[in-house]
Formats: sequence, C-alpha cells, structure tokens
Amino acid sequence: MDSLAAPQDRLVEQLLSPRTQAQRRLKDIDKQYVGFATLPNQVHRKSVKKGFDFTLMVAGESGLGKSTLVHSLFLTDLYKDRKLLSAEERISQTVEILKHTVDIEEKGVKLKLTIVDTPGFGDAVNNSECWKPITDYVDQQFEQYFRDESGLNRKNIQDNRVHCCLYFISPFGHGLRPVDVGFMKALHEKVNIVPLIAKADCLVPGEIRKLKERIREEIDKFGIHVYQFPECDSDEDEDFKQQDRELKESAPFAVIGSNTVVEAKGQRVRGRLYPWGIVEVENQAHCDFVKLRNMLIRTHMHDLKDVTCDVHYENYRAHCIQQMTSKLTQDSRMESPIPILPLPTPDAETEKLIRMKDEEVGEMLRRMQEMLQKMKQQMQDQ
Amino acid sequence: MDPLRQSPSPCSSRPSSPRTPPCETLGYVGIEAVLDQLKIKAMKMGFEFNIMVVVIEEKGVKLKLTVTDTPGFGDQINNDKCWDPILGYINEQYERYLQEEILITRQRHIPDTRMHCCVYFVPPTGHCLRPLDIEFLQRLCRVVNVVPVIARADSLTLEEREAFRSRIQHNLRTHCIDVYPQKCFDEDINDRILNSKIRRGQPFHLIPCLQDRIPFAVVGADQEHLVNGRCVLGRKTKWGIVEVENMAHCEFPLLRDLLIRSHLQDLKDITHNVHYENYRVYRLNESHVLPRGPGWVNLAPAPTDPPATPGPWKVRRRAHDSSDEEC
Repeated sequence: MDSLAAPQDRLVEQLLSPRTQAQRRLKDIDKQYVGFATLPNQVHRKSVKKGFDFTLMVAGESGLGKSTLVHSLFLTDLYKDRKLLSAEERISQTVEILKHTVDIEEKGVKLKLTIVDTPGFGDAVNNSECWKPITDYVDQQFEQYFRDESGLNRKNIQDNRVHCCLYFISPFGHGLRPVDVGFMKALHEKVNIVPLIAKADCLVPGEIRKLKERIREEIDKFGIHVYQFPECDSDEDEDFKQQDRELKESAPFAVIGSNTVVEAKGQRVRGRLYPWGIVEVENQAHCDFVKLRNMLIRTHMHDLKDVTCDVHYENYRAHCIQQMTSKLTQDSRMESPIPILPLPTPDAETEKLIRMKDEEVGEMLRRMQEMLQKMKQQMQDQ
Repeated sequence: MDPLRQSPSPCSSRPSSPRTPPCETLGYVGIEAVLDQLKIKAMKMGFEFNIMVVVIEEKGVKLKLTVTDTPGFGDQINNDKCWDPILGYINEQYERYLQEEILITRQRHIPDTRMHCCVYFVPPTGHCLRPLDIEFLQRLCRVVNVVPVIARADSLTLEEREAFRSRIQHNLRTHCIDVYPQKCFDEDINDRILNSKIRRGQPFHLIPCLQDRIPFAVVGADQEHLVNGRCVLGRKTKWGIVEVENMAHCEFPLLRDLLIRSHLQDLKDITHNVHYENYRVYRLNESHVLPRGPGWVNLAPAPTDPPATPGPWKVRRRAHDSSDEEC
C-alpha cells in the first residue's frame, strides 16, 4: 500500500484490511469502540415510556363481522354498548363516523388504539358516494395535523391520522362489487387499504383461492393501490423471507372472527361452533386471521404509520400547499397557516464550495472502490 | 340436483320413500326432455334474466321446470328501482296468459309461463332485513308467491340463525309483507291446521316440520362427498362437511319439501286464482271495459311500466274473515 496516500486512504485501508481487523481484536477494544450501537436500545426505552398510538379504520357493509374481528384482534370489546339499528331505522340511515379509543398495555408497552367505525356504509338502497363522509373524515385529520405541524407550539401534537383501513369484502359475491371499487378508489391515495375477505367460514378452500385470485385481478384491473408489504432486506434469514412470501401470497386475507371461546380437542380456543365442526380462528389452516394479526400488530404496524406519514400525508400536504400558493397568487390577502419564505438562492462563492466538496467525496468513493478491488485480487491470489 | 336425472342414481341420498306423497298430476304432455337455455336481456342497468328450461320425469310424472335467475340484482351502487325489471317480467307473463285467455278461439292448454314461486335469498348478515330486502319484498309479495330463505346459512351458528330468523319475522310483520304460505288463503279447516302447523310448527309426523321456520336457513351444494359410507351433497371445509340434506345442519329439506313435495300444486293454484286474477281485474279496470259475455274483451294496450301495487288481496277461493287480513 502506498504510505504516501492521503489520510482518508489510510483510514479506509485500516478499516478494510483483514490483517488490521485481526490486530484490532487484540488491541484495546475500548479505544476503537465509540458506543453508539446502544442507540436502538435507547430509542426502545424512550418509545416504551412514551407509548404508541395507532388509528385503525374498519369499513364495509353491515353484517360482515367487522366488530367481531376487531374484538378478536385486540381482545377487547369496544362494542359492548352498541345498539344495532332496526330495519326501519336503517332505511333512513346515513353513513356515520364513530371513534372508539382504548388503551391497551402488554408487557409494559402501552398502545393507544383508536378504531374508526363507519356504520351505514353500503347499506342503503342508493349508495351513491356513500364513501364521501369517510374521505372527508380522513382529510379532516390530515388538515388538523397540518395545522398543528405548522403551528407555533408543536410539543404535543396529537396524531389522529388514519394509519390503516381494513376493508371488508363480502364472501357472498364473485369478487369486487361496484361499491367496493368506488370506496377503494376514493381512498387509496389517502390511507393504507388492507382488503379482507370477511366471514370466510362460508367458503370452501377452492372457493377462497378463486375469490382471492379474482379480487387480485380486479384490484389490478381497476388500478387500485392497496397497501403493499415492503420488500425484505436481502440479508434477512430464509425463514423470515419465507414468511414474507407467504404473507404476500395470501393477500387479500380471508378472515373469521369470534367473540366466543369454545372447546375443541380438549382445548379452549376462540372459535365458532357449528353442527358440522368447529372453526378455530387462530388455526392457520382454517383462515388467515393469524396472518392479519401478525401483519397488523406484530410486524407491520410501524410501516403502516410510516407510509401514512411519508406518503399519504405528504401527498395531502403538497396538494394543500399547491392549492394555497395558487390561491395566494390570485388573492394576496388570503391567510395561510404556514409562513412562506423565499428560498435563498446560493451565490457563486457557495456554489463553488459545494461543487468542490462534491468532487472530493466522489474522489474518495472512487479510491475506496479501487481498494476493495485490490483486496479482492489479493484474496484470490492467496 | 342433476335435472337430467331420469331416475335416482345409486349414489342419490334421496331414495324413493314410501312416505313421500306422490306428485299430483301436472298435465303437461308432449314436451321432449330437452334442455333449453334462453337468455333474455331486460331493460336498463345491464340487468339480465337467465332462463333455463328443463323437463324432469319421475315415476311417469313429467315436470317442465323453468328457472329464472336474476344476476346483478342489488349489485349496483344505486339500486333504486332495481326491482322494476323483475316486476315487469312477472307482469309480462300474466299479460301473455291474459292475451291467450281472451282470444275467441283459444288453445285447450294455454302455455303457462307465469311465475309460480319466487325464492328470495336474504344474505346472512345476522342483523335484520336490509332496506333493499324490504323494498323488494313489499312490492313482490303483491304479485307473486314469495318464499324468503336465509342464504349461505353455513356462516351462521344455530343461535345466530334463530335470532336472525326471529328478527326477520318481526320485520316481515312490521312491514306487512305476506310471504308464502299466506295466512288468508287457507281454504278449509284442514289447510288451516296444516299451514298453521307449518307456520307454528308442531311436529306432525307425516309432514316435515316447517316450524315457524320461514325463512328457511339453506345451504346449497353441487358436489357429493362420502360421509359415513354414504354419498351426500355437501360442502367440504377444513373443519367438517356441511351436509345439505341433513336437518341438523340446515333446512334445505324443508324448502325442497315445501316447494316440490307438498305445496307445488298449491303454489300454482294461488298464482292462478289470486295473483293472476288480481292482475286481470286491474287490467280490465284500466281499460274501463268489463267482459261482455263469452268471448270478447277489448283491453287497453299493456302498460309499459309495471303497475303499482294492484291492491290488497282479493280472496277468490272463499269468502273469508277480513280479520285474517293484517293489512
């Protein structure tokens, strides 16, 4: 190695050279160890103290088992005092938005769970635009957050944005119906939609397969953007990758919910008792409830929140700002919640400096690549 | 059930039972055992009728069965007036019969395409009748015999089924929807007893127990599976096989018995004596001309819109207590 090379080169060489790594182990570790590897633990502790929040919306016609499924997922009865409407009352019912909030704690971790229910959706004879109250609600939450974020006191912003929407598709049809398509297209750019096949215990396995294929085809055909599970990192282990593949292949999940515990094979399980057998909600051979629960709560809750914040909310915000600036140019007396400052244009001096730094970094990266090549060569020769 | 089956196959789980009352003579002769399929596209909203005609023969008795399906009903976002094509179709059949009947020289056997029975499938929500169900049933019960059933009943447990059924019955009473068998048509005391048993359901060993069971909770299947050495029609799930003809599983046998084994003729009688007569009276009144002796009736052209409710029941078979009519 050229000992007259620049300091960066020496550092790179030190870090990459296998001989140096071995030597490092023998040397005093403390001198080389900075200690920021504990950062994830610190984040973890803080999060646990602060607690998490999650807003889940459920939508679909009545009678598809939404409340039962929510009960099964979170093991709390949010609907104890629910009064079901009679047939007469349903005739003049409009779509409502109902929020139920519950604090759940498990092993010291607190979750503030908000369920947004949409009774009346799809129940009338004429369901034209029946999703409008729902899109309005989602937009309202975005607007509220936008105002809070742009305000002066940002210490305790309450995040009421809808992180995920479980949409229940009827198993009695032959795929998506016009109202399903209408709803999903109205909301797919605003919220993460996870479509589910409801009451899947009325379908035999062949029918479930066909229905899933049909729904997937129709989702593509109508250009609906449902929530996509993120890709696995390539360095995850095979088991995880396999699970991830199975998850993706099972969508849309065919779910069954139950409020009751029954006895099956000597064990008490959450299930439904029929004269011809017992459906076990948590049996993966019977339905995809476990997959949904794992996805929603155990593995993808944070990703759902991230996508809501980074994609849906940002879309809304950009759209909002665009609208406001276009209005501002028309009417300069209009109030805006955010101060619109002109962006500083960099002067020639700064631009030159920026360019120089860019070049330096590029040079360094090139050198590192060359080093790596040399190392590889060395190892092959040995 | 394979409509082309000429006689029960060895695998059939419906062996001829000595207790099965024989089908009454139907009087349709000379129709080949053919399977026709006609598709008639009706009016707006991409509404289709699928009409399938088969001839079945059992023990020398021939039955020409016409099944009319209504795919697309209630599927649109706006289902307002989605019942109009159906009402229109039913009235069209009455009109056809009427036109044949008023000819001077008419056929001995007027081809009867009238709807004898309408099976209405209520989705198993478990709550109560939907606004769409109520609108449809209110209109249809006035023109045709309607038998509501709880469809896909394998998604409801037995308790849920009973609760759902009683709520539906309550809804039907509240909205004055008179489904088949209608209380006001019990011709004589025997019928009354029989039908009230059907409606209230005391066990009556010669006739299947139709215990206040309307609407029946049914499950349909077109595949056979082996259960305990028997070949049965059913649905095979991972947790068991739903046997369609097992009374412990669902009430399909009750529906079948009602429609075919015990009330087939009654359905036709009520259609002819009540619904058709109502339609005829309505049409005659519309044309403001009463029949002038044998033969000639001049009728105004048939209405393009289906007539709004032709009016309350007119009991033709027998003068009856008006207290029996609820509304």
